[in-house]
Amino acid sequence: MFDRRLLNYFDWGLLAITLLICVMGLVLLYSAVSIDDSSCQLSIFYKQIFWIGLGLVIMVFSFIFSYTHLDKWAPAIYICSMILLVCVHLVGKHAGGSTRWLAIGPFTLQPSEPIKIAVIIMLARYFAHNVQMTGITFRRLLIPMALTAIPFVLVATQPDLGTAGTILLIAVSIAIFAKIDRRTLICFVLVAIIAIPVGWRMMKPYQKERVLTLLAPDRDPLGAGYHIRQSKIAVGSGLIFGKGYMQGTQKKLSFLPEQHTDFIFSVLAEEWGFAGSMFLLFMYLLLIAFALNIAHGCRDSFGTILSVGVAAMIFWQVFINMGMVMGLMPVVGMPLPLISYGGSSVFTMFIGIGLLMNVSMRRFTK
Amino acid sequence: MISSKNFHKYFYTVDNDWYKRRLFGIMIAVFATFGILAARLFYLQIIQGDNYFKMSKNNCIRIQRVKPVRGLIFDRNGKLLVENRPSFDLNIIPCDARPIQQTLDKLSLYVPELADEINEKINKNKFRYSYRPVLLKKDIGRDALAPIASHRFELPGIIIDTNACRNYIYDALSSHLIGYLGEINVKELKSGIYRYKEGGDFIGRYGVEKAYDSYLSGIPGGRIVQVNANGQVVNVLDTVEPEPGNNLFLTIDFHLQSIAEAQLQGKVGAIVAMDPSSGEILAMASSPTFNQNDFINGISSDQWHRLVSDPNRPMMNKAVQGVYPPASIYKVVTAIAGLEEGVIDENTTFYCPGSYQYGNRVFGCWKKQGHGKVNVVKALTQSCDVFFYHVGKKIGVDRLAGYAKRCGLGSQTGINLDHESAGLIPTAAWKKRRTGISWQGGENLSIAIGQGYNLVTPLQLAVLYGAVANGGTEFKPQILKLIQTVEGKIVKISQPEIIGKLPVSRRTMGLIRKGLREVVHNKHGTAHSYVYDDDIDISGKTGTAQVVSRKTEKDRQNKKNNVSYESHAWFVGYAPTENPEIVVSVLIEHGIHGSSGAGPIAKEMIVSYLSGMIDNSIITSEK
Repeated sequence: MFDRRLLNYFDWGLLAITLLICVMGLVLLYSAVSIDDSSCQLSIFYKQIFWIGLGLVIMVFSFIFSYTHLDKWAPAIYICSMILLVCVHLVGKHAGGSTRWLAIGPFTLQPSEPIKIAVIIMLARYFAHNVQMTGITFRRLLIPMALTAIPFVLVATQPDLGTAGTILLIAVSIAIFAKIDRRTLICFVLVAIIAIPVGWRMMKPYQKERVLTLLAPDRDPLGAGYHIRQSKIAVGSGLIFGKGYMQGTQKKLSFLPEQHTDFIFSVLAEEWGFAGSMFLLFMYLLLIAFALNIAHGCRDSFGTILSVGVAAMIFWQVFINMGMVMGLMPVVGMPLPLISYGGSSVFTMFIGIGLLMNVSMRRFTK
Repeated sequence: MISSKNFHKYFYTVDNDWYKRRLFGIMIAVFATFGILAARLFYLQIIQGDNYFKMSKNNCIRIQRVKPVRGLIFDRNGKLLVENRPSFDLNIIPCDARPIQQTLDKLSLYVPELADEINEKINKNKFRYSYRPVLLKKDIGRDALAPIASHRFELPGIIIDTNACRNYIYDALSSHLIGYLGEINVKELKSGIYRYKEGGDFIGRYGVEKAYDSYLSGIPGGRIVQVNANGQVVNVLDTVEPEPGNNLFLTIDFHLQSIAEAQLQGKVGAIVAMDPSSGEILAMASSPTFNQNDFINGISSDQWHRLVSDPNRPMMNKAVQGVYPPASIYKVVTAIAGLEEGVIDENTTFYCPGSYQYGNRVFGCWKKQGHGKVNVVKALTQSCDVFFYHVGKKIGVDRLAGYAKRCGLGSQTGINLDHESAGLIPTAAWKKRRTGISWQGGENLSIAIGQGYNLVTPLQLAVLYGAVANGGTEFKPQILKLIQTVEGKIVKISQPEIIGKLPVSRRTMGLIRKGLREVVHNKHGTAHSYVYDDDIDISGKTGTAQVVSRKTEKDRQNKKNNVSYESHAWFVGYAPTENPEIVVSVLIEHGIHGSSGAGPIAKEMIVSYLSGMIDNSIITSEK
C-alpha cells in the first residue's frame, strides 16, 4: 500500500511550518497557564503536549493511504459523522450552557471539530464530479447545500455558533472556488438581501438581542463587551516587542476567561508584541500558501478541492479567532489552529495537514 | 506536462490552467484579509499602543456588579409592610489594601468594636491575589461608618458599599406568612435556578419571600469603571442599570392581621381569616412567632438554635403546617355524609343518655347528663357526640373518608407556601397498611366526632367552612393579590381558583347552615355565650380536641414538668350568615374548651372586620 518512493516527495516544508507553530503554541500555553503555582493549571500544558504527540500519529495515518480512496469512502465517513453529531444531541455532555462533548472513557471528544473534515471530503467528492468551466448551476448546488445544512443545523443547535459558522464558510469557499454560475450567484445574493430583513422581523426580541450582542459586543458591556475591552488592552499594550515572555500583566489578572483556548492570541500579542504577532501571522500565511500550492500541484479535481477545503478551514479559523481577539469580529467559540488548548481541535488540524501531505506526496503518481 | 493516458477516473471538463487561475485569485484574497489583520495589529499596538499600555499598567478597568433593589411588600390596601433600608457594608480589595495586615490594624484602631469580627473573618479567608472585593462585615451601622469614612485615605482598599437591605417595618408581624431571607449557598448557586445571584446574595428562604422570590429579586446591573491606585472609582465607562424587583400586594389586611397577632399573644396556636367568596387570606397568624429582622444579616447560630429547639415551635406556621385532630369541627363532614348517603334525614332522631355502649366499651358524650332526643340540627347546635356515634357506626370509615376528601381534607389546599401539610383522613386499608391491624368497629365512632387518626390544618378547615359559607365552592387559598412593576404596571393578578365542590345537595346544605347558625344563636348552642353578637349574624362550630386518650405514668410525669395535656380549642365560623364576607379558623393549643378558648378570638376577628372598625377606604392601593 505504501510505496517507499513516496517518501522522496514528502513535504518537509509543510511539516516544518506545522511543528514551528505547534512549538510556539506550547511556549505560549505555558505562559498562559502559569498565572499562579497551582499544578492543575500546568496539567493543561502537559495534556496539550500529549494531544500534539497523538495528533502527529493521526497525521501519519492521514497520509499513508492514497487520498483517492477517500473519494469512495466519503459518503460513509459523512454518514458516520452525522450519526456522531446526533449522538451528541442525545447523550452529549452538558457544559456551560451547551452540549458539545461526547464522553469516551476518561476523555471527551468534541465531534463538531472533526466534522469539518468530513464535510470537506464530502463536498470535494461532489464538486470534483460536477465542476464545469461555466460554473455550477442552481440545480446542482442543491445537494451540496443539503450536505452543508445538516451538519450546520446539528452544530448550531448545540449551540456552537462558531463551529457551525466555520462549516458554512468552508462550504461557501469550496463552492466559490469550484465556480458558481453567474446567474445563480446573483440569485443567491438577491435572496440573501430579501431574507435577512424578513428573518429579522420574524425573530423574537430576545433572539434579536442575542444577534445584536454577537455583532456588537458593546451592547453587553458586562459580558462579551468586557472581554473585548480587556482583550484589546492586552493586545494593544504589547507595543512593538511586547512585555516579555511570562511578563503579561493583563494575562496575570485573568481578565479573560478563555486565556488558554480562544483568547490565547491576546497573550502572544501582549508578551511578544507586534513583532511576535506578525511572525505568527506570517507563519499562518505560509501554511495557507503551502496548502494552496499543494492544490496547485495536484492534477485531479478531488485532490485540488480537498486541499482548498483544508486551506479554507485553516484560513477562516485564523481570521475569525484573531479578528475576535482584536475586536474586529463577534465573540464566538473559535480555537486558534494548532495553538489553542484542546484535543479535538488539535486532532482536526493534524488530520487536515495529514491530508495535505497526502495530496502533496502523490502529486506525480497517477 | 499532462499525460492523458493515465488519467484518473475523474476526467475533468476543466483543465489545470483553469484551476491555477482560480487558485491565484484565492491567494490574493487570503493576502488581502491577512493584510486587514496586520493593519489592525498595527493600529492597536503601534498607533494606539501607548494608550493601551497605560491602561494595562494601572490595571484600572474593573467590573462592578450593581445589585437590584428587592421588591416591596404591601397589604391588600397598599399599606407598606416590608421595605428596604440602606446598609453600609465594609469590603476589602486585597490587592489594593497591601500590606493587608497594616491596613487591617489601622482599621481596628479606628473601629475597635469591629476588630474581633474582622480578624476572625480574615483568618477564615486566606486572601488571594485578587481585585475582587471581599466582604468584611455587613451593615456596620452609622456609628462605625463615620470614622472609616473620615480616614479613608489611610485605608487603601477599604471600601464602604451602600446596599439596600430588607426592613420588616412591623417586628414579627405576619412573619410566618411573609417569611425571611437567607444567604444563598453553594448548592443553590450551582443549581442554575438563581441565575442572577452570586455568592453573598440573599434569597427568600421562607414564606412569601421564598414563594415569590423570582418576582421580588430583580435583575442586577453592572458598571465598568476606571479606578485609581487606591482602588477608588475615578471614572465610570459603562453602566447597565439593574432592574428592580417587582412589588407584591398581599391579600392580608394589615389591621386584621394585627388583631390576630394581638389575640394570639401569649398563646400557642394559629388563626386563619379568609374571604369565603374568593379564597383570599385576610389574615394568617401563628404563635409564638419570630422577628424577621433577626435574619436580615444572617441569624446567629445561637439565636437559630434557640428558635428551632423551642418546644412551642415558633418557626412553624401552624396555620399551614400544624396538624391537629379536628374534633367536633368535623361533625359537619359526618352530618353531610350521613344526610347524603341516606343514613339519616332531617327527621332522624337518636336518644342521647350521655354515653353510648359499643361492645363492651362505653363512648361518652361531652355532656354527661345527656342531650335527650336529638335530630341533626340539634346535634350540631349542641355538638352531641352520641348522635354522631350512631351516624359513624352506620356509615363506616371508608364512606366517611370519601366525603372528607371531597370536603378538601386529607390533601393540600395548594396555597403557595412551603411545607403545607396534607393532614390525614384514615381509611381501613390505610390503617391495615400502616399498623398491620385491621380497622375496629369502635374506631368508626371516634372518627365520626373528629378524633382517632383524623388530622387537619387550620387552613383546611377555613377552606371547608368557607365553602359551607358560600354555598358549596371550595376556593384555593390565595396570599397574593397582585404583582406590580416599580412603574405600576401589573405583572400578575390573582384570580379566584376553584379546587372543589362540597358533596352536598341544597337541602343538606340548608340543614348544615341552620345547625351552624344555631351553635351561636340558640341559647343552648355551644358557642352562644362566647360568640353571639347583637349586631352581626355569626355562624360557626366549636371543637375540643383531646390531645392524648390515655394518660400513662410518663405523661403524668411530663405534666409535672409543665408539659400540657389539656385539650386543643377550635372555633371555625363565618359571618354574616347570609352573604358571608369572612370565615375565621382559630386553633389554640391546650386552650381547653373550643367555646371559651377559641370562640372569643374568632368573634373579635369577625366583629373587628365587619363592624367598620377597619377603615379600608383611607389607604388606596396606589403607590
